[in-house]
Amino acid sequence: AALKEGLRSQVSAALKEGRVTPTELCQRCLALIKSTKFLNAYITVAEETALKQAEESEERYKRGQPLGVLDGVPIAVKDNFNTAGIETTCASNMLRGYVSPYNATVVQKLLNQGAVLLGKTNLDEFAMGSGSTDGVFGPVRNPWSYSRQYKEKSVPKSHSEDKESNWVITGGSSGGSAAAVSSFTCFAALGSDTGGSTRNPAAHCGVVGLKPTYGLISRHGLIPLVNSMDVPGILTRCVDDAAVVLGSLAGHDPKDSTTIQDDFKPFELPNLTDVSKLSVGIPKEYHAPGLSSEILALWSKAADLFKNAGAKVVEVSLPHTRYSIVCYHVLCTAEVASNMARFDGLEYGHRSDMNESTESMYAATRREGFNDVVRGRILSGNYFLLKQNYEKYFIKAQKVRRLIANDFVKVFRSGVDILLTPTTLSDAAPYLEFIQEDNRTRSTQDDILTQAANMAGLPAINVPTALSERGLPVGLQFIGRSFQEKQLLTVAKWFEKQVQFPMIQLEEVTRHDNGVFQYQKSASFS
Amino acid sequence: QKVSVEVLDHLEHLALVDFRDSEGVERLQKAIQFADQLHEVNTDGMEPMDSVLEDRCLYLREDDVTEGNCTKELLENAREKVEEYFVAPPGNIPLPKLEERETFLQGS
Repeated sequence: AALKEGLRSQVSAALKEGRVTPTELCQRCLALIKSTKFLNAYITVAEETALKQAEESEERYKRGQPLGVLDGVPIAVKDNFNTAGIETTCASNMLRGYVSPYNATVVQKLLNQGAVLLGKTNLDEFAMGSGSTDGVFGPVRNPWSYSRQYKEKSVPKSHSEDKESNWVITGGSSGGSAAAVSSFTCFAALGSDTGGSTRNPAAHCGVVGLKPTYGLISRHGLIPLVNSMDVPGILTRCVDDAAVVLGSLAGHDPKDSTTIQDDFKPFELPNLTDVSKLSVGIPKEYHAPGLSSEILALWSKAADLFKNAGAKVVEVSLPHTRYSIVCYHVLCTAEVASNMARFDGLEYGHRSDMNESTESMYAATRREGFNDVVRGRILSGNYFLLKQNYEKYFIKAQKVRRLIANDFVKVFRSGVDILLTPTTLSDAAPYLEFIQEDNRTRSTQDDILTQAANMAGLPAINVPTALSERGLPVGLQFIGRSFQEKQLLTVAKWFEKQVQFPMIQLEEVTRHDNGVFQYQKSASFS
Repeated sequence: QKVSVEVLDHLEHLALVDFRDSEGVERLQKAIQFADQLHEVNTDGMEPMDSVLEDRCLYLREDDVTEGNCTKELLENAREKVEEYFVAPPGNIPLPKLEERETFLQGS
């Protein structure tokens, strides 16, 4: 046990014992952000405010009064969360220069715990996409592209081949957050998850990505995409850390009436040793077309792992899985059409110079502010909401949604505690390959394994499992019952311990190594 | 069946977003084609689902003023303002008709 603790030196303990100070930690992270700038994970780095927060944290530690486990811990936030005094862009021209007057509830909660906000991370424009390649600030690069593990496996076509050209994507849309956590520039990051946007990049970047149950965490201040499916997501390097962050974020928020009113009690994860009472479901429909043989094998191996440990592993069926993407496509575009209507240039954000009439100003503003993907979804959404189409498409999709949600209810009622599925169809694609297909096609393909959990509002988590043949991370997904995050995370933690996912070996990072840095390399802060 | 120019024009009006080029229109066509798969599913007797939390009551707070007075902060982000007003160009002027608008659809 002592050896295990030694392997994951604990930042919080280190801070408490004074082995490292919040300002040192903050400075190290800021320096690392600078030296990993080529990843393009951050849109805005809030250096001054971060250092100030770190100093205040240091004062509290000196007085022996830290606010909690998160006090002094550097974090990053996806750029679709409002942050007071810090630019919030959603990676769109529509909000370039927009400085929010308030903090999203989840951001405020983290700050109240003393967390140090390093900056805002990059994403697909308005969180629409599965690659983090479609924002106005450019694509995010997967840190694993620069890992020894990937470089060893990649065969350069020629000596002169630009090492720059075969970098891989992070997945999306919370790619910046995933890259930030994966490259050690922060200990935890906030993402958002509407169709898999936290779990997908988590899988590609080898980090833990948690999508909480819809209604558990406040969406107040999260710029909405699909009100009935959006949730804030949590990205960390280990499951225990995800539980800690969840503990500080979950709970009713009077400012978000879609948060449930039940009391939420933060929990510590037990160290599960006996899984014999666990029933794991393997949904056969998740053996989706396009699933790589590598991931299929890994999934199978994981199922065996549970079986050999004494758990009951059963094949189950979620018959409407294949319709979840189509259903999502209609509901998402419809809600997007509504949510994007607020961007008219009048009260905030970009405003066109066109001044002839209100409508023409709105039209010009939106013409100038939105990229193709966003405009495409708005137009599709409006089409499905036309009077002549409303019943046929929108209502129909809502009925299919119920079918999908019911599939899960039936399975969980049959005695299954948790579902085990792949998170992505394959490991991360090279950027140049990824952009060959358009955004909608990609999203359709990539969301297939993650989307249904959003449809049903269920909690789900990606746990990094192993490296692919190309030396890139592959993760597996656990889906749990509504509001049973404790069980979900307990099982995920057990699984994480079994698979011992390797640490990324980043040359840029080791170059800056010194005594303090060991705390960044550590998997956990809790 | 392709979407008519009338509907495309109508959509541009409703959304106040333009198709930009033939790719934009193609995108919509493909989106509709894709969505048509929904009709394969038998939803007889199914009620539409608005929210996964439909079995619960939404929280309604008391009708008390608890915060506000942030006029200055709210106006800061607007480009055009006069005193405490957001300034909009004249309203009630409809978007020019298809023939008079600078839109890609004109060619169709």
